[in-house]
Amino acid sequence: MLVLEKNALSEEIESLVNQFGKDRSALLQILQAIQRKHKHISDFAQQEVARMMDIHPVEVNSVISFYAFLYSVPKGRNIVRLCQTISCDMYGKEKIEEAVQRELGISFGETTKDKRITLEYTNCLGMCDQGPAMLVNEKVYTKLDPETAINILNAIK
Amino acid sequence: MVKRENERIPVSQQAHIVDKPKDLTTIGGTISVQINEKKITVPLGTTILEACQLNQIHIPTLCHHPDLCIAGVCRVCVVDVEGMRTLQTACSFPITSPIKISTSTQMVRKARRHIIDLLLSEHYGECYSCFRNGNCELQNLAKEYGVDNYTFGHVETPRYEVDNSSAAVIRDMNKCVLCKRCVRTCIDLQEVGVLEAINRGHETHVGTFLDKPLADVVCINCGQCINRCPTAALRANDPSDEIWAAIDDPKKHVVIQTAPSPRAAIGEEFGIEPGKSFTGELNTALRRIGFDRVFDTNFTADLTIMEEGTELLTRLKKALVDKDQSVKLPQFTSCSPGWVKYIEHFYPEFLDYLSSAKSPQQMFGALIKTFYAQEAKIDPVDIITVALMPCAAKKFECNRPEMVDSGFKDVDYGLTTREMAKMIREAGIFLPEMPKSQFDDPFGDASGAGLIFGATGGVMEAALRTAYELVTGREVPFKNLIIEPCRGFEGVKQASVKLENCVEQYKFLEGVDLKFVVAHGTANAKIVMEMLKKGELNDVHFVEIMACPGGCLGGGGQPIPTSAEIRAKRAEAIYEEEASLPIRKSHENPHVNYIYEKFLTDGPCGKLSHKLLHTHYTKRGKYIS
Repeated sequence: MLVLEKNALSEEIESLVNQFGKDRSALLQILQAIQRKHKHISDFAQQEVARMMDIHPVEVNSVISFYAFLYSVPKGRNIVRLCQTISCDMYGKEKIEEAVQRELGISFGETTKDKRITLEYTNCLGMCDQGPAMLVNEKVYTKLDPETAINILNAIK
Repeated sequence: MVKRENERIPVSQQAHIVDKPKDLTTIGGTISVQINEKKITVPLGTTILEACQLNQIHIPTLCHHPDLCIAGVCRVCVVDVEGMRTLQTACSFPITSPIKISTSTQMVRKARRHIIDLLLSEHYGECYSCFRNGNCELQNLAKEYGVDNYTFGHVETPRYEVDNSSAAVIRDMNKCVLCKRCVRTCIDLQEVGVLEAINRGHETHVGTFLDKPLADVVCINCGQCINRCPTAALRANDPSDEIWAAIDDPKKHVVIQTAPSPRAAIGEEFGIEPGKSFTGELNTALRRIGFDRVFDTNFTADLTIMEEGTELLTRLKKALVDKDQSVKLPQFTSCSPGWVKYIEHFYPEFLDYLSSAKSPQQMFGALIKTFYAQEAKIDPVDIITVALMPCAAKKFECNRPEMVDSGFKDVDYGLTTREMAKMIREAGIFLPEMPKSQFDDPFGDASGAGLIFGATGGVMEAALRTAYELVTGREVPFKNLIIEPCRGFEGVKQASVKLENCVEQYKFLEGVDLKFVVAHGTANAKIVMEMLKKGELNDVHFVEIMACPGGCLGGGGQPIPTSAEIRAKRAEAIYEEEASLPIRKSHENPHVNYIYEKFLTDGPCGKLSHKLLHTHYTKRGKYIS
């Protein structure tokens, strides 16, 4: 990492800490903000957050490893999460699964070579009556069939 | 110990912590409860576990430790509380109403057995070859609750790689039962913050930052986690095989130095109640094992006082007489290798405040391979120096690359109290029955000042006895040389001694109020360092810091278990032994004077002593890449 990038990241984290406060409960908001912008929370960012909040880096690391939506390693620009819980499964999750894997040429847990999309599973999205459901970044798509799912994937940049 | 404000209790437990009333006679100050048909009265907010312990009712515990905050994660201590839908954990249930508790109903017994079975199903139990065999809390629980088969399975092959990257602490996560005592020790008790739970659910494990090996993170090697681990997931790096090999080699001259704290605690490994020193017995046992010479680390503790004391007086002179602005005061002690690594990691900008004197262990190593080799006419190549220490960090310290001032590795092996006890047992010796014997010359028996290094405040007390007398020509103005403000287990102690009627050489100190601070445990060290940062220590002259709670006697290499009570008993043993010694001031130790006459002829902080007895430190910083 370049020193300039590091400094920029430090400044950014500092402003986040000023915005959300140094209380332990502010940690998640700060991490989410970093995640939203950089798509992951780097080792350096974790240590900077720890330093500014006066906690230990391993505690930040522990929180990130606990939450499935926080990453410590870089992922794709867009994250597509398919619901794997029982209702969506019964509505035909498998077909969607096969279709998106074939379309992108990757399996779940992987990222496309152009870093455009990361495929993942998620647990219940609360859309059990409208399955199968899929979460693209922060937007939920429901009542999918293989064709619409592929159209959605192709539409994202 | 001082209850710290930032003592961290899991959020899930905070709602259940009820402060005990200050005045128990107020209405509602005490509550009558019924435990197993027995009516008892306890103060409001007492936990069920405390209430049971006060009334000789045994409740099994695993994640509970008297030094640490409540976690309530292992569930072994469940009891039945009438009216509650489920069983409740005794350790985290404060009594606030007149409840009825049953501690051994069928449901409770069955639940406990299941819980232990579940713990065992995750635990790689290779009991025969485990160093905690016979002293394992999980093993004891399994025995206590009659676990006769592995209901929920058993780990047959190890799943994790053993992390033996560190010179001091080895982590074997196969044996971890996730009680998180090490996490609470590292984060809350020591505030080093190396270990924390990583991942979630069945993937949870205790790990370091980014799961790096222990040698690559900010671990200070204090070993407190080892003392608190209920199983063998954490252990010290044991060099006893190499030491046996050296003893068996007729060409090698194997020399051991013993520190005061292991001598005050090693009896516990042989089933003796805490609070008795076995110095004389240990000397005989070590000779029978085959060590060629047995020396007393207190000798170099005395030497440390001479060197560190001289360094302090020099700094004071530079600051007061020469008005040198670059002199760093207060001077910090450097005897505790855990503390040294802590400051190197967390406060590298303050390394100049640290005394450059080596720890007694390293001073001895350097002297054995130079002065002793010369006196005894032995080639230092053939000398193996072993150090019996209460400490895990000493293993790291003796492996520091700069500790080769004698031209060889100054101290070859650091051995903990536990490993020493193992070697003594292996040799078929029952330590308490040994006859007593003395230490070997040319270092002989040391002064009491060196002995009290083992307890927190000891270095300060020893230093004051010498410094005060050097400066004023009189003994310290305390009865029996006991400097009360240095003693006791308060987290951060602060006091001062007025220097009056100084001798000619030290006239510049006339009327100076010599202020000192004593802290133990790195959590308290952090408090002191923050005070220093804020400039609150500007008028203080000398600071003693020990990395472990209670000082060396609570060290990471000491017998398991440990608690405030056990540490207090060990301190008593040390102070008792000290009071009976004929020489109790470092500068009166004839052997110390001998070495300054014969070998370190240019005196304390002279050229040769700077080469052999002083060191330099590394700015490590806390960033991990």
